[in-house]
Amino acid sequence: MQLSDTTEEADFRRRLREWLGKTLPELPAAPDPSDWPGRRAFDTAWQRRLFDAGYAGIHWPVDAGGRGATPSEHLIFLEETELAGAPYVGANFVGLLHAGPTIATEGTPEQRARFLPPVLRGEEIWCQGFSEPGAGSDLAALRTRAVRDGDAYVVTGSKIWTSHAEVADWCELLVRTDPDAPKHRGITWLAMPMDAPGVTVRPLKTLAGTTEFAELFLDEVRIPVANRLGAENDGWRVTMVTLSFERGTAFASETVACQREVRELARVARANGAWEDLELRRELATLAAEFAALWRLVQWNVSEAAANGVPGAGGSVFKLRFSEARQRLYDVAARVVGGEALLEGAWSAQRLQGLSYTIAAGTSQIQRNIVAQRILGLPRGR
Amino acid sequence: MEFRLTEDQHSLQRALRQVVTDRQPSWQELTEVGLFQLRVPEPEGGLGLGLPEAVLAFEEAGRAVLAGPLVGTEVAAAVLGLDGRAEVVRVPARGPVLVPELPTLDHVLLLHPDDSLAVLPAAAVDAAPAAAVDPDRPLWRLDGTPPPGERTPETRRVAADATLLTAALQVGLASRTVAEAVAYARTREQFGQPIGAFQAVQHLCADMLARAELARVAVYAAAVSGDEVEIAGAKLLADDAAVHGARDCLQVHGGMGFTWEARVHRLLKRAWAWEQAGADRERCLESLATRL
Repeated sequence: MQLSDTTEEADFRRRLREWLGKTLPELPAAPDPSDWPGRRAFDTAWQRRLFDAGYAGIHWPVDAGGRGATPSEHLIFLEETELAGAPYVGANFVGLLHAGPTIATEGTPEQRARFLPPVLRGEEIWCQGFSEPGAGSDLAALRTRAVRDGDAYVVTGSKIWTSHAEVADWCELLVRTDPDAPKHRGITWLAMPMDAPGVTVRPLKTLAGTTEFAELFLDEVRIPVANRLGAENDGWRVTMVTLSFERGTAFASETVACQREVRELARVARANGAWEDLELRRELATLAAEFAALWRLVQWNVSEAAANGVPGAGGSVFKLRFSEARQRLYDVAARVVGGEALLEGAWSAQRLQGLSYTIAAGTSQIQRNIVAQRILGLPRGR
Repeated sequence: MEFRLTEDQHSLQRALRQVVTDRQPSWQELTEVGLFQLRVPEPEGGLGLGLPEAVLAFEEAGRAVLAGPLVGTEVAAAVLGLDGRAEVVRVPARGPVLVPELPTLDHVLLLHPDDSLAVLPAAAVDAAPAAAVDPDRPLWRLDGTPPPGERTPETRRVAADATLLTAALQVGLASRTVAEAVAYARTREQFGQPIGAFQAVQHLCADMLARAELARVAVYAAAVSGDEVEIAGAKLLADDAAVHGARDCLQVHGGMGFTWEARVHRLLKRAWAWEQAGADRERCLESLATRL
């Protein structure tokens, strides 16, 4: 068991730190969250800088244009960029972390050449059209229909929870091509141009008052068959292979951020007297222990993934504990700042946003089902 | 960074699991496999290993819910170079000073709240037997004022190592509670199916595992870093995993869990005892708060 950097890792960390120290002061101010074109411009400009410095697609294979970094180096990248206050992946998220890796694994040479370079260079933004109003946790129940018509699919249906849809160029879309097959076997993966006729984007206002997501309405949208990844009706498998790209680094930056927020809250508490409240002080101490342990769990999962190719059981355990600890952090924050918690501000925004963490990317209940059935081997109920 | 077990550490874990879990070993056997000599330097007859290996060994001891003065004997040998059976006893903030298994001990390592340490010959300790809740861990109540101790760098190490090794015992115990709960939930049938097929039971078990796994990596990492505050955090999580795990294990066992013969109560009673051993919850929390 070794927690320290190897010589190569220390070198990678030092060079990255130098580059961040030089580059971050040159960045323009971050745009207002409601300014979507501004956000796109900011996020893609950051991606372009990463590309020029050789940090784009850090975990992508070299033959897909990535850096081919080890999982440990990827983790160092996430840790150092967070510590330095670098921009988040933002609008580049789906392209870099989901659609891109899927195309890199399942795409034809032509598809890889067409779609991957613009993602790495920050020229094209992707969004994800998976969930539907009737297909959430049960994603394979999706009903958006695609009917073959010559060299195109004609797609009709609706999608929901689509982040960055307002500014995306492409959508990785799951559609039903065989309504008679068992639900996992009638699904196909398509790359849909967002400017195709029949695509309507309706922003969805969240309880935090922001429009982080959108609904997509698809009315007889024609998508070339050439945009299909993998075989017809093989879309479920195509989508799931991307999970094998997960190297235990999910939520790594956020874990670093939460450790910083606990320290920040302790500072606030010392300044406003909340620190004298024994219960609050101990809540903060407990959170400090939990986030420290969660960071160690990230390091453990990444090390296991580096050795075995998959992060193992750790992913669901981490997601379960992390999302609940993070919600508790913002509830404790509300008690530390008192009445400020009822006013709009940084902590109340975090608290509201945090309500999604036990729902998004697999609800805590689904995570518990996964842990119980796949890790502990408990039987499925009738 | 390679934060995973090395091949040697895997072998050590497998070997110990065979000795410790598969049959309840005697104290003599534990001594012979080197449980207490793991960290003693090779020239002095030990195995010359480190805190991570000691933690792996104590995790197995915890999984087997072994009795006896495990932590004190190891720490006395590794940190103080003392042979013989020993136990680390903390003078608590409230309540009596309790010494487990006093008549079997050679040394009592008495730790005061300021981490000053009094190394006492067990025979000279004035104490009376007390009726203990844990049937496998008899207790003696110290009479009079605890004798004062000294503070040296070694005494801080005694305190930190005892806390970490106790946390390792709790991690093993927590994993045991998960295994026992899952085994019972798979076989016990109600309403025509194993109770483990009900999501209410599944989610209880999933949370048990999540607590145990987080505590495990926290304890491993604290063993690698040796940092006192990281050790405090690991003990806090390990205590929660063990105590909460034993409670949930009892719940999964239903009415049987409330019986003496089902033995689930022994897991809980030991988790309660180890929760107070090493640094207790209050001490861990204050240690963590100091660093914030």
